[in-house]
Amino acid sequence: MSRYFIDRNAKYLVLACASISFIILAAIAIFTLKEALPAFQHVGFIQLIFGKTWSPIDQGKFGILPMIVGSLAVTLGAMVLAIPLGLGCAVLLAEVAPHRVRQFLRPAVEILVGIPSVVYGLVGILLIVPLIRHIGGTGFSVAAGALVLTAMVLPTIISISEDSIRAVPRRYKEGAFALGATHWQTIWHVLIPAARSGITAAIILGMGRAIGEAMAMIMVIGNAPIIPHSLLNPASTLASRITLEINYASGLQQNALFAIGVVLFIMVLLINSIAMVFVRRGGQAQDVC
Amino acid sequence: MKIRKAWKWLLLPMVAALLVATFLLVGCSSNITGTITESGSTTVQPLAEKLAGAFKAKNPEVNVVIQGGGTAVGIKAANDGTVDIGAASRELTASDPTLVKHLLARDGIAIIVPASNPVTNLTKDQVIAIFSGNITNWSQVGGPNKPIDVVAREEGSGTRTAFQDLVMGKVLIKADAILQSSNGAIKTAVSGDPQAVGFLSLGYLDSSVKALAMNGVPATEENAKNGTYPVVRPLYFLTKQQPTGIVKDFIDFCTGPDGQKIVAEEGYITIK
Repeated sequence: MSRYFIDRNAKYLVLACASISFIILAAIAIFTLKEALPAFQHVGFIQLIFGKTWSPIDQGKFGILPMIVGSLAVTLGAMVLAIPLGLGCAVLLAEVAPHRVRQFLRPAVEILVGIPSVVYGLVGILLIVPLIRHIGGTGFSVAAGALVLTAMVLPTIISISEDSIRAVPRRYKEGAFALGATHWQTIWHVLIPAARSGITAAIILGMGRAIGEAMAMIMVIGNAPIIPHSLLNPASTLASRITLEINYASGLQQNALFAIGVVLFIMVLLINSIAMVFVRRGGQAQDVC
Repeated sequence: MKIRKAWKWLLLPMVAALLVATFLLVGCSSNITGTITESGSTTVQPLAEKLAGAFKAKNPEVNVVIQGGGTAVGIKAANDGTVDIGAASRELTASDPTLVKHLLARDGIAIIVPASNPVTNLTKDQVIAIFSGNITNWSQVGGPNKPIDVVAREEGSGTRTAFQDLVMGKVLIKADAILQSSNGAIKTAVSGDPQAVGFLSLGYLDSSVKALAMNGVPATEENAKNGTYPVVRPLYFLTKQQPTGIVKDFIDFCTGPDGQKIVAEEGYITIK
């Protein structure tokens, strides 16, 4: 077994590794679709996606729309809070904070990524749900879901945004200073616009994480399969509905849950493709400049 | 070199484990051997696991495999013959296949509120009106002027199905009720919200919540046992045919005095 043999065949080994991850992806897509197909056939595509009532056993109705609205509502709510907060924190870490503060803050942000979502859910139940109950409603609400998600996506947004602000070539900043711009003007008019592709990617990756979150949502959102009319209403998300009911589901209910999986899969795929486009475009823009 | 060493460390315990397993398998033989499979209701599951453990302690040659899946799965699996025993936490209906029922235990369902709520009793009609959304304020049932937060289980849960059958009848639980995914989560949600009302398996009751009387009958184990408390559901083991061999032995053990002692210890109502 010479090293030439290894050299010649190593590429097949890594090819095998790469194909395994592709095979897994394909298997998930095919299996989910296959399991969801009976639901699309029996309920009808339009009825399934745009039906407003989800009551698989009591009424035999399988409308996913409340969950689509719920997922979008908590995700958008979380983004409205997390984008300014995350961007502010990223600017602080990249530009403003002294080295020692950054040394402390950056690992703290990174640890947040590793905390299991159940723990976020527990904190949500103990802290956020009672807090929102004081404002009105039961506390189990879209607002509680959005707040918990905000905490969960912040670290993603902060760390990727910070990296992309740091990646802006030094000459941009020097140029701005040379023209007499203040530090703040430089950040706002030069650095953030130059880093915007990376920041957009950060936001979209955060959205991907938010939309797929199930466990923490089950714990704080109330899980009622209704279209929420206010932030204080309970709701249900796509991912949390699957997790909630899959233990008991059989027959058409199980197929319908897989159909929810297909919708979720497509949504995440869309979000990731958009992120990829932005990342690629960003890379080109910086080369040109 | 390093890899070789690691292999040696792995190999040693593997060989040891194999040897021990062989000895255990060949070792001794008693009169009853084999494997019993059970799946179904998640309410029955923890009880069935305890019963299986006790049965195995008496008959070490028998392996009892307990799985969940829910009542619907239990009925289907028992009927298809994919398991020896199916478990159900509700009465079988006309739409279910015909199976041999072995009453294992009974379980009451209590209507619960947080301990701070002054209400102590509801009529069955009031419970129906609250859970269907017709009564929305505690002042309508003699409590403070506060909205009622209804907490329920998700559709498909055996506890919800039993509550639907035994209390609600044909009336549906309102769509915007807060749904929680387990008895434990219901208890947490109700105890934390002063305006909440929910339903809970009697076996899960503790001091963090208050069980309401229904039609004046307190929700206690005694009242459920003597039949005065109305919301009681049966827990069944289901078999396709009259059981024989080790399956019969196991079911006899569970319904006999030793098994029923465990039923009582786990907080369920014994069958006698």
